[in-house]
Amino acid sequence: MTDLTNLTLAEARDGLAKGDYTSVELTEAHIKSMEAHRNLNAYITETPDKALDMAKASDAKRAKGDAGKMEGLPIAIKDLFCTEGVQTTAASHILEGFKPEYESTVTTNLFNNGAVMLGKANLDEFAMGSSNTSSYYGNVINPWKGKDGKDLVPGGSSGGSAAAVAAGMALAATGTDTGGSIRQPASYCGIVGLKPTYGRCSRWGIVAFASSLDQAGPMTKTVRDAAIMLGAMAGHDAKDSTSAPVAVPDFEAALTGDIRGMKIGIPKEYRVDNMPEEINKLWDNGIAMLRDAGAEVVDVTLPHTKYALGTYYIVAPAEASSNLARYDGLRYGQRVMDEGDSLDDMYMKSRAAGFGKEVQRRIMIGTYVLSAGYYDAYYNKALKVRRRIYQDFATAFGTVDAILAPTAPSAAFAIGENEDDPVKMYLNDVFTVPASLAGLPGLSVPTGLSSEGLPLGLQLIGKPFDEETVLRVGGVLETASNFTAKPAGQEG
Amino acid sequence: MTYIIEGSTGPWEIVVGLEVHCQVVSKSKLFSGASTTFGNDPNTNVSLVDAAMPGMLPVINEECVRQAVKTGLGLKAKINLESVFARKNYFYADLPQGYQISQFDKPIVGEGTIILDMPDGSTKSVGIERLHLEQDAGKSMHDQDPKYSHIDLNRSGVALMEIVSKPDIRTPEEAGAYLTKLRAIVRYLGTCDGNMNEGSMRCDANVSVRRPGAEFGTRCEIKNVNSIRYVMQAIEIEAKRQVEVIEAGGEIVQETRLYDPRLGETRSMRSKEMAHDYRYFPDPDLLPLVFDQAFVSEIEKTLPELPDEKKARFMRENGLSAYDAGVLVADQEKAAYYEVVAKGRDGKLAANWVITNLFGALNKLEVPVTESPVTAENLGKLLDLISDDTISGRIAKDVFEIMIETGNNPEKIVEEKGLKQITDTGAIETAIDEVIAANPDKVQEIRDGKDRMLGWFVGQVMKSTGGKANPGMVNQMLRDKILG
Repeated sequence: MTDLTNLTLAEARDGLAKGDYTSVELTEAHIKSMEAHRNLNAYITETPDKALDMAKASDAKRAKGDAGKMEGLPIAIKDLFCTEGVQTTAASHILEGFKPEYESTVTTNLFNNGAVMLGKANLDEFAMGSSNTSSYYGNVINPWKGKDGKDLVPGGSSGGSAAAVAAGMALAATGTDTGGSIRQPASYCGIVGLKPTYGRCSRWGIVAFASSLDQAGPMTKTVRDAAIMLGAMAGHDAKDSTSAPVAVPDFEAALTGDIRGMKIGIPKEYRVDNMPEEINKLWDNGIAMLRDAGAEVVDVTLPHTKYALGTYYIVAPAEASSNLARYDGLRYGQRVMDEGDSLDDMYMKSRAAGFGKEVQRRIMIGTYVLSAGYYDAYYNKALKVRRRIYQDFATAFGTVDAILAPTAPSAAFAIGENEDDPVKMYLNDVFTVPASLAGLPGLSVPTGLSSEGLPLGLQLIGKPFDEETVLRVGGVLETASNFTAKPAGQEG
Repeated sequence: MTYIIEGSTGPWEIVVGLEVHCQVVSKSKLFSGASTTFGNDPNTNVSLVDAAMPGMLPVINEECVRQAVKTGLGLKAKINLESVFARKNYFYADLPQGYQISQFDKPIVGEGTIILDMPDGSTKSVGIERLHLEQDAGKSMHDQDPKYSHIDLNRSGVALMEIVSKPDIRTPEEAGAYLTKLRAIVRYLGTCDGNMNEGSMRCDANVSVRRPGAEFGTRCEIKNVNSIRYVMQAIEIEAKRQVEVIEAGGEIVQETRLYDPRLGETRSMRSKEMAHDYRYFPDPDLLPLVFDQAFVSEIEKTLPELPDEKKARFMRENGLSAYDAGVLVADQEKAAYYEVVAKGRDGKLAANWVITNLFGALNKLEVPVTESPVTAENLGKLLDLISDDTISGRIAKDVFEIMIETGNNPEKIVEEKGLKQITDTGAIETAIDEVIAANPDKVQEIRDGKDRMLGWFVGQVMKSTGGKANPGMVNQMLRDKILG
């Protein structure tokens, strides 16, 4: 029997359906892998007992002929999703020990579709970061190693999810993406990551970072897996006013492999200065693959791209500064207070001790840009630019079906790099942030290796609620690039 | 009506604008399904959203939107088909989210008008600046423990309408009339119960003084005054304080003040420098609130007749004075009571009886009109007994006293007590003849031209019949007998 942890989600689904193995066997294999890879620190909380219980229940359900879209498939849940009775930390000290009495809509959907939860995946604190080094529970190590053998970051913020999938510690994982938090770690870890259209998945029960940008999505080994998993996560939710009342299509059916006649846009503004040559090459290769598959490749212009990063780093911290006000030490999580302290003392001590440096930085930036006298110069202007950015895309999509660009400007970097310069760290999101600001679906597909032998992803950006096209084109890229490399020790 | 403060340096005029928070009548909160029932045990009406648990999201309660639109229509205000919820950020223990969801630059209701009914029967129009929807905060309780404050989140997230007037108010009485009228309107509409003592209607007053007709002065905001009387007092006292400060060479500092009714003074709560920077921004968890004109029109169809229209109708159809009509429509129950009494009867007579006799008696008893011992039907019957000459107006007052005491039907009272008016000419004639026979000298005086003695005879006849004789008939028959 092959190592069950090397299976794709689709293969495991089909294997379970054929009775090649049970969900319990599949889950046990992943629990073993989870234990064997603890050095990567991909999970904050492992839930092996819960996983086996869910697997048993799933096998029983299947025996009765009732199998959901992800029946019996063990996955990791980013520790930003509230899970009933299971500690949910958002990788922050301030929520340590917090066990929600409720289950997020996305995890509810997944579990209703039969998915099995292996544990809660590590992330950057409150999903703020591009390297997974801001987690209070320690950084995640990328299963891939550079030539010098140094430990690399998995990307962020969904770094634990990406590492877990890449290292075979889960068949797939949920991620959330605010400015690139699914796509960038997917690229760094050589897996597929899909940020759906804003509104496709409910945000109810996901610890909020920046409400107008946060979106849950699948992190998987293949494009097909992403299509399967998205179908099990998505759907309108009356509990989230920004959730879109649109039907969930059969995403897997969109993977026809046929993109003949499709128009793919190449945004010239993404050819940034100082772009590593290997990224340009990766991109050119991708263009060639799509052209060979019968797509028409055309240049498009997204003139406000250069303002996207600045806009993002105003809008996201502004919303975060308000969203994180509820972590005040009063009702749940950590409280720090000494005898005789006032309410304000308790706020300050609890928040100073509970939030890490990067979170504090963003709260301060956000508070600043919303404050009297600066609102118009920063926040209001950022909203205006955001509309321009959206308009850029809308114009481009008047002529093309999807846009192809790199996911990130580099491969995974060494742990500790970029730590001294937040702005340099923020540049990791330069290609992912525009689609986030516009609320558009973005898919990262691994299509090549860097000179260091590290995975690199290309990103497809689609029209609102047109994940199907993005997945179809992504499937073609996946097939054409034939990306089969695995991290050391993961070779099948 | 002018209200001038005579300072040592000359006259001062006051300028007042009111911000009234009205708790919306709705079963559940503005953004959660939790109950709004008043008086439940602390922290029992609390949903995950109200407690601001991680990942919880607000969902607008359509009923609250409907109520706000209804109120806007009642204020003859512009209804904004698109409005935006914004977060007002500040830290406090009874504000779990760390922000209040409110409306900032795009409120659901825009400019409107309230007509004040002044005690002298005159009216004055006060502009409404806006009405917006927002969440209430929880309640801090500082008296439960020697060291800690306790928090009750039952009220957290309950819908409020903040109704902001233009600075059109010029006297404490107008402020009182404004609140009375606003309360009447929301009660007519059923959008707020208007109970200031339970906190479901709360008022902040912005007060400044100026030389008559000059530019606005610097204003101070008096927060959270909880009765109409206190609002009027607070305005008067604050205006005087401002005049004194200015005349002593000082300057008014824009600040928030508290009114202490016990000491009869206002005092500083926080200065502008200490004011919060609320960092308002559109709430990204909520889409702009959008509805169409059809939605508004549907609500418009459900509007009851409002105080102003009712007042006009009472004046037009029943010939009431502005003052009487104003008193009757101030309260929907009072107006309804009056309408039952007046139906098919003399409207003015009915108004007199309801306002003077009934309201006077109810005030003494300290019961609302809804608990009146005299039903509107019975008061109507009493008026019928007067108009069909069964009893005189004089006797009617006695019957009314008994009705207030017993709640009995007036016909029954008249019957049992034998108060029926004597309209039998024979009986009256007998009584007249007796009085004439006993007072020949006075008869002669009348015949000599001393007409006013006739009144004395009427009085004697009424007395001898125990007040039951029909006074008109007595008068006529006396005339015929003595002068005929």
